[in-house]
Amino acid sequence: MVHNELPLFYVFHFYLFGVIAIASALAFVTRRSPVAAVLWLVNTMFSLAAMYVLLDAHFIGVIQVLVYAGAIMVVFLFVIMLLNLGHASEINDARGLGWKLAAGLVGLALLAQVFALTRAQVPEKLALPENTVANQVAAQGAIAPIAGPLFNQYLLAFEVTSVLLLAAVVGAVVLGKRRESAHAR
Amino acid sequence: MLLQEAVTAGAHPLSGTAASYLWLLPLLPLLGFVLNGLLSLIPAYHAGPADPQASHDDHAGAPEPMHTLDETGGGGHGDDHHEIKRHRYAGLVSIIGPGVLIAAFGLALAIFAAMRGVGEMHTPFVQRYFTWMPVGDLYIDAAFQLDQLSMIMVLIITGVGALIHLFSVGYMQDDPGYPRYFAYLNLFVFFMLVLVLGSSYPILFIGWEGVGLCSYLLIGYWFSEKANADAGKKAFIVNRIGDFGFLIAMFLLFSNIGRLDFVGVNAAASQLQFGGVVVTAICLFFFLGCAGKSAQIPLYVWLPDAMAGPTPVSALIHAATMVTAGVYLIARSNVLFSMAPAAGLTVVLVGALTAVFAASIGLKQWDIKKVLAYSTVSQLGYMFVGVGSGAYVAGMFHLMTHAFFKALLFLGSGSVIYAMHAAYHATHKHDDAQDMRNMGGLKAYMPTTWMLMWAATLAIAGVPPFSGFFSKDEILGSLYLRAGHSTLADAHWLGIPGSAIMYFAYVLGLAAAFMTAVYMTRMMIYTFHGPNRTGEVERGHLREAPWIMTGPLVVLGVLSVFGGWFNLPALIPVGKVGVLEHWLEPVVGAGALRVTGGAPVEASHGTEVVLIIVAVVIALAGIALAFARLKPATLVPAAQAPAEHGFEKVLADKYYVDELYDAGIVEPVVGVSRGLLWRGVDNGVIDRLTRLLFQSKDDDAAVGAVPMGGWASRAVGYLGSQLQSGRVGTYAWVLVVGVLFVLGAFSFK
Amino acid sequence: MLAESLFFSAVLFMIGVVGVLTRRNAIIVFMCVELMLNAVNLTFVAFAQVYGVAGQVFVFFVMTVAAAEAAVGLAIIIALFRHKQTVDLSNINILKG
Repeated sequence: MVHNELPLFYVFHFYLFGVIAIASALAFVTRRSPVAAVLWLVNTMFSLAAMYVLLDAHFIGVIQVLVYAGAIMVVFLFVIMLLNLGHASEINDARGLGWKLAAGLVGLALLAQVFALTRAQVPEKLALPENTVANQVAAQGAIAPIAGPLFNQYLLAFEVTSVLLLAAVVGAVVLGKRRESAHAR
Repeated sequence: MLLQEAVTAGAHPLSGTAASYLWLLPLLPLLGFVLNGLLSLIPAYHAGPADPQASHDDHAGAPEPMHTLDETGGGGHGDDHHEIKRHRYAGLVSIIGPGVLIAAFGLALAIFAAMRGVGEMHTPFVQRYFTWMPVGDLYIDAAFQLDQLSMIMVLIITGVGALIHLFSVGYMQDDPGYPRYFAYLNLFVFFMLVLVLGSSYPILFIGWEGVGLCSYLLIGYWFSEKANADAGKKAFIVNRIGDFGFLIAMFLLFSNIGRLDFVGVNAAASQLQFGGVVVTAICLFFFLGCAGKSAQIPLYVWLPDAMAGPTPVSALIHAATMVTAGVYLIARSNVLFSMAPAAGLTVVLVGALTAVFAASIGLKQWDIKKVLAYSTVSQLGYMFVGVGSGAYVAGMFHLMTHAFFKALLFLGSGSVIYAMHAAYHATHKHDDAQDMRNMGGLKAYMPTTWMLMWAATLAIAGVPPFSGFFSKDEILGSLYLRAGHSTLADAHWLGIPGSAIMYFAYVLGLAAAFMTAVYMTRMMIYTFHGPNRTGEVERGHLREAPWIMTGPLVVLGVLSVFGGWFNLPALIPVGKVGVLEHWLEPVVGAGALRVTGGAPVEASHGTEVVLIIVAVVIALAGIALAFARLKPATLVPAAQAPAEHGFEKVLADKYYVDELYDAGIVEPVVGVSRGLLWRGVDNGVIDRLTRLLFQSKDDDAAVGAVPMGGWASRAVGYLGSQLQSGRVGTYAWVLVVGVLFVLGAFSFK
Repeated sequence: MLAESLFFSAVLFMIGVVGVLTRRNAIIVFMCVELMLNAVNLTFVAFAQVYGVAGQVFVFFVMTVAAAEAAVGLAIIIALFRHKQTVDLSNINILKG
C-alpha cells in the first residue's frame, strides 16, 4: 500500500542507496589499507540494508546490519588487528597491470552474461499479486511472514543449519588454536 | 509401507487372510541366509594342534581341513589323528537354518488353509509391492502371485526343504563350513520361492538365475578339490545356455504381446495365431531354458557331475526343487504351450528320449549317487512328457511324487554314505564310500534305511499302491489318450504326424519304466542285499544314521507310500478322486482343454484297465529281471573290479557325450581364445600398435606388455600439471573462466 | 523495482569477482567473496518481493552460512599466517604439483 501511495519516495531512495552501494564497493576494492577496505565494505552493507527495507524485507534489512555489518565485519576487523595487518602495505597489493586488465575484461564479460540472463522469462503464474509481501508485513509484523515458512516448510534446513554452525564453531576453534600448546603436552 | 493389495479390480477373496503375508514366505529363508552368512564370516574354526593343516605337509593347498564325505576322488584326510571339530556356532546355525524353513512351511500351511477356506478361486491373488521397471511401454512390477499352482510348489519346496535341512543338521555336523552350507541352502530356498511366487516372467527369471547361482555355490561347496569346483562351473555354464533361451523367449513375448506378467500374457495370448511361428518359437525357446535347468537332452550333462556336492544338496536341488523349475515353467505357461502343438510335440519327444537315454546309462553306473542322478534326469523326462502333451496335472503330480521318493532315495543314500564314511574313517581306508561295489548286505546294519529305500524304489518303479505308480500311470495314460485325440496328434512335427510321435513316445516311456525298475532294483540289490564287501574290520562300524537323519526319511517314506492319494484316478476310488486335478483346474484347465480339443478326453473303462495292467506288468517284470539276473555275490570291491567291456563300457562311460561336447565345443572355443584372440589379436596387433604410437626410446621394450610413458601421455601430463600450481590466484581464475563458460551456455540458449 | 535490483546486484557481483582476481591480500579476497554473497542476497530479496517470501528465507540461510564460512575461513587465514607470516596469496603455493 505504501508503495502505491509514495512511489517516488521508494524509487528515488532505492537509486540513491544503490549508487552509494556501488561506489562503496568500488572504493572497497581499490583501498590499500585493509582497515579502510573493511570500513568501506561496511558502508556497502548499510546501503544494502536500506535497499532491503525498501524492498519490503524489513527483517532481512535489520539482520543484515546486525549480523553482517555488526558481527561478520567485526570479526574481520578483529583478525586484521590480531595479525597486525592494519597498515597500508608497502608493496602494491594488487597484481600487475596485465592482471587488472584481464580481470576487467572477465568482469565485463560476466556482467554481459548476467544481463543477458535477466532477460529470462519467469512464468507469469508464479508471480504473486502486487504488494503481497508488504501486506503480509503490515498484517503480521515484520518477522512473522518469514518465521512461518522457516519453521514449517524449511524446518529441516533450519535444523541442519544449526548443525552447520556447530561444526563451524568447532572448526574455527580447532584451526585457530596455537600449535605450541599441542606440543607442550 | 510398500505393500499394496491386488491389482485385480476389487479385493480378492484372499486379501486380508493369511495370504497377505505372502511376502514373508521368501523373506524367512533370506533372513536365515543373512544370519547364517554373518556367522560363517566369523572365523570360528581354530585348527587344533593335531589338525592336518597345522602339522602335516601332505595337505598343502587345502584351505580347510575337509572331512569330505562326498568326494569322488579321494579324501581330504589321510592321517591318523585329527579329532573332528565342529564349527563353534554350529548349534546356533542348526536352529536358524532349519528353523526358518519350518517357519516358512508353517506359514505356507496357514496360507494353504486360507486358500481352502476361500473355496473356488478363479483368479490369482497378486500382491504388488512396487514398480520395478517402468520403461517405455514395459511395466514390470515387483509382485508375487499366489494361485493353486504356486501353492503346490511352495508346499513342496518348504516341506521337503525343511526335512532336508533337518537331515543336513546330522549329515554335515562335522563340516568346518557348517554355517556357510546352511546360508547357501537358505539362499537357495529363497530364490526358489521367488521363482514359484513371481507374478511375471522377469521375476521368475530372477529366481531362475538365483537357484542356478546357489546350485553352483553348493555343488562346488568343497571347492578345494578341483573336480568339485569344475562341476560347479559346468553346471552354471550349461545352465547359462538355457537361460539364453529363456531370455529370447521373453523378448519375443514382449515384442509380440507387450506384456510379461502372467495375468496379462494369459489374457492376451489369444491374439497370437494358433500354432503360428511366433508362439511356437516362444515355447521352444522357453523349452531350451527348461532343457538347461531341468537337465534334458542336450543340456543334461551337468546333473551327474553335480553329485560332487553334499548329498542333501543333491536331494534338495537336483531332485526335488530346482530341476523341477522347468516343469513348473511349462505348467505356468500352459496357455502358450497349448497354442503351439509343434512345440508340445518337441517337448514330448525330447522328454521321452531323455527318459530312455538316461535310464540306459543308469543301468551301468556304480556310484550310488550317479545312479540316482541319471534316474532324476529320466524322471524329469517323464514330467516333460506329461506337460508337453497337455496333461499338466499329470506332470505336476509326478513332480510332487518324485519330490517325495527321489528326496527319500537321495537322503537314504546319504545315510548309507555316511555309514560307509564312518566305517572307512575308523580304519583309515581310502576306498570310495559311494561305490556300490564296496557296499552290499547293508540290510543287516541299516534296516530302517533299507525298508524306506525299498518303499521309494517301489514308488519310482511304479508298483501299486505306491505314489509313483499313480503319477507315472497318469502320465503314460494321458499320453496314450492324447496320442489318439488332441491338437498335438493332429499336428505335424517335421513332417511326421503328431500321433505317431506320441505313440512312439509312449513306447519309449514304457521302455524307460522297465529300465527304471531294473536299475533301481539293481541299486537296492547291490547296496543292501547279498554279502558285504566293505571289509572285515569296517563292517563292524556300519550302523544306522542318527535319528535326526532317519526321521525325515520316515516322513518322506510315508509320503512316498501314500502320496498317490493326492490324485487318484476314477478307476481306483479308494479315496477322493482327482483331488490335485480339481485343485489345479483354475490354473491349467483352460490350456489342457485347448489341447484336447475343447472337451476332456475320456478313456473307456477297458482301455484304462489295460493301460494300468501294462504299466504294472512292466514294473514287476523289471524288478523280477533284476532279481533273477543280478548276482551280487559275484561282485568284488571297486578297487579290484575288472574294467567294463563292449556295450557295457559305452553305458558306463555315458555314451561319451561329455567327451563329444569337449571335443566339439569346448576345445574349439578354448583354441580360438588362446590361439587367435590372445596370441593373434591381443599380443600381435594391439601391443604392436601401442608400441608404435607411444614408445619413446627410453622405454625398454618389454615383450607382451603395453608400454607406459611415451610422448603422448607425457604431453598430456605436462598440461595437467600446470593446472595444479598450488596458487590460489590461478585457481580463482580457472573458477571464473569456468563460470563464464557455464553462464555462456545458458545465455545463448 | 525488480529490474533495478538485478542491475545493482550484477554490478556488485562483478566488482566482487574483479576483486577476487586482482587482489593479493587474502583477507581482502575473502571480503570480496562476502561482497558477492551480498549481491546475491539482493537478488533474492528483489525476487522475494515479486514471487513470495521464500526468497527472504533463503537470504536468512545465506547469511547463516556466510557467518559460518567467515569464521572458519578467518581461522584458516590465522593458521596460515602463523606458518608463513604473510597473507600474500602469491606466496602460498605449498599444494603445488
